[in-house]
Amino acid sequence: MSAARVGVVTFPGTLDDQDAARAVGLVGAQAVPLWHGDHDLKGVDAVFLPGGFSYGDYLRCGAISRFAPLMEQLIPAARAGLPVLGTCNGFQILCEAHLLPGALTRNASLHYVCRDQRVRIESTDTAWTSAFAPGQEIVLPVKHGEGRYVASAETLASLEAGGQVVVRYVGGNPNGAMNDIAGIRNEAGNVVGLMPHPEHAVEELVGAPSTDGLGFFTSILKKLVNA
Amino acid sequence: MSTDSVKRAEGTPDEPMPFAELGMKQEEYDRVREILGRRPTGSELAIYSVMWSEHCSYKSSKVHLKQFATKAPHSEALLVGMGENAGVVDIGDGWAATFKIESHNHPSYVEPHQGAATGVGGIVRDIMSMGARPIAVMDALRFGGADQDDTRRVLPGVVEGISHYGNCLGLPNIGGEVVFDPCYIGNPLVNALCVGLLRKDQIKLATAPGPGNKVVLFGASTGPDGIGGASVLASATFEDESQAKRPAVQVGDPFMEKLLIECCLELYAADVVVGIQDLGAAGVSCATTELAAKGTGGMHVDLNLVPLRDASLRPEEILMSESQERMMAVVRPSDIPAFMAICERWDVPATVIGEVTDTGRLVMTWDGETIVDIPPGTAADDGPVYERPFHEPAGQAALNADTPDRLARPLNLKATLLKLLGSPNLASKEWVTGQYDRYVRSNTVLAQPADAGMLRISEVMAGAEPTTRGIALSTDGNGRYAKLDPYAGAQLALAEAYRNVAVTGAEPLAVTNCLNFGSPEDPEVMWQFAEAVRGLADACRTLGVPVTGGNVSFYNQTGSTPIHPTPVVGVLGVIDDVAKRVPTGFAAEGLRVALLGETREEFGGSEWAHVAHGHLGGLPPEADLVAEQALGTVLVEAARRGLLEGSHDLSDGGLAIALAESCLARGVGVTVALTEDPFIGLFSESAARALVAVRPESFDELAALCAEHEVPCYGLGSTGGTSLVVENVLDVPVEELRETHSATLPALFG
Repeated sequence: MSAARVGVVTFPGTLDDQDAARAVGLVGAQAVPLWHGDHDLKGVDAVFLPGGFSYGDYLRCGAISRFAPLMEQLIPAARAGLPVLGTCNGFQILCEAHLLPGALTRNASLHYVCRDQRVRIESTDTAWTSAFAPGQEIVLPVKHGEGRYVASAETLASLEAGGQVVVRYVGGNPNGAMNDIAGIRNEAGNVVGLMPHPEHAVEELVGAPSTDGLGFFTSILKKLVNA
Repeated sequence: MSTDSVKRAEGTPDEPMPFAELGMKQEEYDRVREILGRRPTGSELAIYSVMWSEHCSYKSSKVHLKQFATKAPHSEALLVGMGENAGVVDIGDGWAATFKIESHNHPSYVEPHQGAATGVGGIVRDIMSMGARPIAVMDALRFGGADQDDTRRVLPGVVEGISHYGNCLGLPNIGGEVVFDPCYIGNPLVNALCVGLLRKDQIKLATAPGPGNKVVLFGASTGPDGIGGASVLASATFEDESQAKRPAVQVGDPFMEKLLIECCLELYAADVVVGIQDLGAAGVSCATTELAAKGTGGMHVDLNLVPLRDASLRPEEILMSESQERMMAVVRPSDIPAFMAICERWDVPATVIGEVTDTGRLVMTWDGETIVDIPPGTAADDGPVYERPFHEPAGQAALNADTPDRLARPLNLKATLLKLLGSPNLASKEWVTGQYDRYVRSNTVLAQPADAGMLRISEVMAGAEPTTRGIALSTDGNGRYAKLDPYAGAQLALAEAYRNVAVTGAEPLAVTNCLNFGSPEDPEVMWQFAEAVRGLADACRTLGVPVTGGNVSFYNQTGSTPIHPTPVVGVLGVIDDVAKRVPTGFAAEGLRVALLGETREEFGGSEWAHVAHGHLGGLPPEADLVAEQALGTVLVEAARRGLLEGSHDLSDGGLAIALAESCLARGVGVTVALTEDPFIGLFSESAARALVAVRPESFDELAALCAEHEVPCYGLGSTGGTSLVVENVLDVPVEELRETHSATLPALFG
């Protein structure tokens, strides 16, 4: 059996790419670096869009990245079912690319916030969260200035009705997100975006005081190996 | 518009030049004329005025700073010492760490956000220019009184600037300090530290050897940032229309800096860089003169080739511009294509602007005319040196005689504890540090509020085997102590940083410092400076940790009132196995708690005297460096043996605050008993002390280790419960401690 290959994308200004690649490797999958300027997904089985400030977050977070050459390949592949996880800036890019509905705006506090945040896994019916139990509460770090999820009333209602809210903040909302939404998925469940950073909660020694982020990586590994 | 060429200068020897407007003294200007054998051109004057400024030349501090070299202890670990962009220390297994702290005080007062942001950017480029990957930042900050109006303007801007720039760069912010005192109200201190990692055989230096090698300017284009006095040259000397008022504070673009970091690391890996220098203060002037002076000795630069953001810039302005995110490299001609390809991959503009020569002259041209023709060493190395007069301040004896003995002692120690814990200097700094990314790069083992920041070494670099090693860093400084006794105050700053590194289990290795003082032209300030440097150099020798570099910031004063002398000291340590790091505070219930070190009645400059009485007088705690070293040895060895479950240094606010913070770390209570006067026991600030928590079965081994090194070890009690209890003295629920500790800064700053 060949190792599951998870692409990790680097845009100019991406910061958490090596963290994501390390987390992918920790669960036994193979991380494949993908470069924003290439028109090539290198045949990966899944893609991780890491956090950072791609293109300096100039104009709007993720607004420039969605036009990167690599995205021309990634967007149709995601629509065709390729598993994609975007965290933080990756989530913002997925929204800008209309792979997920809604938008991420400036935190209600108007401050960047870095803290260990309790969240609840609301949907385990995705490529990235099947290893969790429904309703399971875990701790993941958040670190962002523009993580306040907003969407129209219709979109929110449809997300809630369709079980598309994947992760919800509990014990305090760090950014004023509507419905305490920390992460969502597309209808098919292959594309997930979230503001918290599972890749910073995978080792006892470093990062957040939890290893709860591992579940996102074991979920995708299980899916790819069983596929 | 005419250009002030060398030819023109030769023909107009008596034309008056605006040297005074550029901050030069008459004798300094005369010296330039003597060196050149003619009057300088406007561009040459621009170069000399910035290179001979206090900031670049250390002209007032040099005669004192040389003690850091003459008194330096022998250190096997020191690979690059003072005088380069940053010092480099051997941390084992082929790895080296480079670190430095630098001030950006004045810009941060004028424009807090950009001033602080570009302070981070500047120190990061210093680290990059040593050949290293920057891996973390820290900030030592001083503001006016927490309730003063201007602090509400300055602090949020500074924090936002550091947050914005550092977070965008992807560098974890792992520690630092936030201190309030009314003496800083017109002169906040923003001291930024960066640490980088490299293979020890990959050190890069700022040098331009090899005639024919190309000089490449890469990164951002040059604009009218931070030009300051240069517009005087552009408008006063020539019939130029008056330049619009230029922004005095530089503007940062962290996105470009992130690209520069990755670009530089690829350039280093491809081995296409012969010498490199960042462009900081004095921009192109500094980079060209320093590179040329340390290389073959000559360089030819065509200033017309410098990419500009503002096409109207005059050569004098280009030379002085402090536009951010620029680097200068010396590259072999055959490597230019590879160099350019890497820059292009990272979307970093790069331009060849000149080449290395063997003429011994730095020559620059503009529109085909020679506008600069100088021996570069005269600007870079042969600046003026002043032996400024100094004497003890008139009020010093009276200040030292006004001891805290006259202050009323508190009856209710619980109330005193809560008052101190909620005071701005001791309250939780979460409001500040929560705006910094401490996790990025996934190497952060410890970060604030831990005593020291700690990082594991996991970078992937050519030739490197995996290592268990890590580095620890702390910065400390106490302006009140230094005001009472600058010699001891500087030693106490070093001692505290040294102790903060040791309590995490790391062995202190090397020192960087940022010396923040008032005007060197005031003999009383100069005395404070001379005493602080002498104290720090002596202490470094005793503790066996060399100074590797740093920065002096003078003129931190408003009118004739200087800030407290504020030497901020950073210590870097190394831990053989990061898995053995000791967390700050009480990790679990059922641990024995011990106090290491001797407690004396020492309240001069203490947090208690400050908060309870607004008093500053007497003498600071004794700086017992022998005891400090013994304590450090015990802490590092105990950590190596796995004896310590938690630890915390004792400093501001004494044992009471150390106990409270240790409880707050994980919400674990503690019960202790004191044998001495509880007020002294709880609030004295005697140095060379630490609190440790051990499993009961390890206590005897710890006590024996302490006895071996003659470190006093007192069993105080045990962890457990939900309150901080000092038997027969006070009993405070941890929840109440938390509310008091965490409420202060949000209430002040929103």
